[in-house]
Amino acid sequence: MLSYILKRLLYALPIALSVTVVSFMLVYLAPGDPLNAIAPADAPADVIQALKSAYGLDKPIPIQYGLWLWRALHGDLGTSISSGRAVLGEVLGAVSNTFMLATIASFIGVFIGCVLGALAGYWRGSWIDKIATTLSVIGVSIPHYWLGLVLTIIFSITLGWFPAMGAGPGGSSEWVWDYEHLKYLVLPAVTLSVIPMGIITRTVRALVADMLEQEFVIALRARGLSSLVVFRHVAKNTAPTVLAVTGLQIGYLMGGSILVETVFAWPGTGFLLNTAIFQRDIPLLQGTLLVLCMIFVVLNLLVDIVQPLIDPRMGRT
Amino acid sequence: MRFVWKKLPAWFLALPLAFSLQSGVQAETVARYGISMADIPLTTGQPDRGAGAYQFTGHTIYDPLIAWEANIGTRPGKLIPGLATSWKVDPSDHKKWLFTIRKGVKFHDGSDLKASSVVWNLDKVLSDKSAQFDAKQSAQVRPRIPSIASYRAVDEYTLEITTKNVDALFPYQLPWFLIGSPAQWENLGKDWSKVATQPSGTGPFKLEKLVPRERADLVKNTNYWDKTRIPKTDRIVLVPIPDAMTRANALLNGQVDIIESPPPDILPQLKSSGFKLVTNVTPHVWPYHFSTYPGSPWTDIRVRKAANLAIDRNAIVKLLNGLAVPAKGQLDSTSPWFGKPAFKIGYDLPAAKALMAQAGYGPNKPLKAKIIIAQGGTGQMLSLPMNEFIQQSLAEIGIQLEFEVVELENLYLHWRSGAKADMNAGKDITGINLGYVTADPFYALTRFVDSRYIAPNGVNWGGYSNPKLDTTLDTLRNNFDTKVQDGLLAEVHQTMVDDALMLWVVHDVNPHALSPKVQEFIQAQHWFQDLTTIRMK
Repeated sequence: MLSYILKRLLYALPIALSVTVVSFMLVYLAPGDPLNAIAPADAPADVIQALKSAYGLDKPIPIQYGLWLWRALHGDLGTSISSGRAVLGEVLGAVSNTFMLATIASFIGVFIGCVLGALAGYWRGSWIDKIATTLSVIGVSIPHYWLGLVLTIIFSITLGWFPAMGAGPGGSSEWVWDYEHLKYLVLPAVTLSVIPMGIITRTVRALVADMLEQEFVIALRARGLSSLVVFRHVAKNTAPTVLAVTGLQIGYLMGGSILVETVFAWPGTGFLLNTAIFQRDIPLLQGTLLVLCMIFVVLNLLVDIVQPLIDPRMGRT
Repeated sequence: MRFVWKKLPAWFLALPLAFSLQSGVQAETVARYGISMADIPLTTGQPDRGAGAYQFTGHTIYDPLIAWEANIGTRPGKLIPGLATSWKVDPSDHKKWLFTIRKGVKFHDGSDLKASSVVWNLDKVLSDKSAQFDAKQSAQVRPRIPSIASYRAVDEYTLEITTKNVDALFPYQLPWFLIGSPAQWENLGKDWSKVATQPSGTGPFKLEKLVPRERADLVKNTNYWDKTRIPKTDRIVLVPIPDAMTRANALLNGQVDIIESPPPDILPQLKSSGFKLVTNVTPHVWPYHFSTYPGSPWTDIRVRKAANLAIDRNAIVKLLNGLAVPAKGQLDSTSPWFGKPAFKIGYDLPAAKALMAQAGYGPNKPLKAKIIIAQGGTGQMLSLPMNEFIQQSLAEIGIQLEFEVVELENLYLHWRSGAKADMNAGKDITGINLGYVTADPFYALTRFVDSRYIAPNGVNWGGYSNPKLDTTLDTLRNNFDTKVQDGLLAEVHQTMVDDALMLWVVHDVNPHALSPKVQEFIQAQHWFQDLTTIRMK
């Protein structure tokens, strides 16, 4: 088991390094000038040149990358060109907001997805299956942006149950876990949960249906075991795959949804990325991408480590 | 009972005190303002994010030497004394300006405003050798005060600024330059990032709280030096909501009381729900700026005039649900600098076709041109639908437009580089569509027509050169009589229109939607707005 974990950790290192290269280089592929984030549109050439020099943007890209990676390894992701604030602080603040949203959305998505998928798989071909499958297809296909707006119109503007935007009455810095604040989470979390719910429903349905036809299930039934016990065995055997899919989905959610966070003005990583992209704020963009990719890498690593604990066969492969 | 009677006179005596205490604890009036930016603009002194940001963290926290009158909506504002009570040019040297600094003004931290404070602020943005130099603030304001060559404090309350050349329009540059407290910067360890959260200006509001990308709380400065501009609301909360529909939803839901730029589609719902829509003449124009370099199809004035006559601007206004006014030139026709152009811009298809025929174009010989446009963004209004409308309109007179669509940030790069640059000329781009701020003589007129500002030296994008206009501009810069200046500026505008330098389409009206809780909101005919005028129920 220890060698398995070490092997996974070693695999993660080149991935992490590749992530830094991609995070750094990707932003240079897009057209536009990063200095537009700070200089007025009609800034003369000498002002632009002075700024380039002040922010080190006049150096060759490989040197900029080297300096950036060195600082990143020391926990310094630089300073946002646009706001002048430390990128690390900006990103961590946004990550904690997105984490809050993603956790609730994951819980909703995974819970409903597992329940619907299990019911559909268990009663394959029945009306329950048809309803669950329809819901999962809708969940995967529905545009987030549109759903967010519709939910806002119904539950915020018409019924007045939930706020239309924001992260609490005083902003995310004054977040408290009470109903007054949780109200702000409901609509974005529900909107964000729809895709993982759809994907997990479909995955669980397929796995359960497949598992129920396995010989060991027939054998369990032949022994006269109750449906609940049989189902417990089925659930245990489907868990590793469901866990892998769930890990990926949580990873996506942790990346924040640019559209959902923009529709609800939720100050998470998606909102931050959106701002950074439109302002060509390269240090902020690179830092955010790096942190998000690292979260993804770490989450996948965790899933890889947890999987063999559930299914020891995976540790032996 | 006897006790009650005995105490009654004392209770009556206490009644006025109770009422006065009651008035003292009256609920704070708060206006929550949904702004269209993704973040709170810079709070250190010189706001970023363009002219529209000055109303939020510029002229609220700080004051300029010369201010723009922004608390009037019924006519264009004018330059008024700010932290300088008066200013004059030295009669013996027209490059020297003397400013009398207002006495008795204190920064929010309690320190005094003096001429040396202004010098310190000028160093902050113009002298990269000074300890307080801030590249970010400098980048914001340096392009807006290009005339300053040197400066010094003559005495405690007299400031002298020397310009590079004689420039009678120099005072128009100063509303952009805001004065912050040197003492606060010292007190906060000379750290601009700390000043950002605890700024100290002399303005009518103090920044009480800043949560990046979420909110900024501006509270009333009860000791503000200009008693006519004490804020009518105790607290203004700025909430960045970049998505237009989200802003409208927040207003409908009651989370904010005022929003900028409501989406045109939602106006009927807002109006029917009791929300007020406020618009006004705004110094902005949505044009096609033509290249006049050899090889450009727009070098022929007949083609430029034909394009201007081929657009049904009223239909575009309708497309925008009324949130625009048809353009008859670079400036709105109510501007004192509009003049009397001979070329009347309007919708006249037969005249447009006749001009095209004179220029040698027709159905069998269409004119082809490529225009670079943005897919959207600040000042671009409904970029794509409007551009498609223009494309169809010009096709009717035989002009076939092709678009190069880029993001706004990229468009700025093409703009700064000029039509002759390889990134434009190399792609046969001969026109650019970019919303222009037209707030003062420089922004509205001179930067586009002065041959000395041909890109990359400035934003005379198309390389327009008119020796007669250059002479007029020289006369203008040497004349210190504002009435003569107005006449000369009108002459410049007339020539621009008569030369059909651009295809002018519409002016923005800077729409705001207000909840019924907002009792008063004066919208100035400018991008600078005065938030002290907001009054809540």
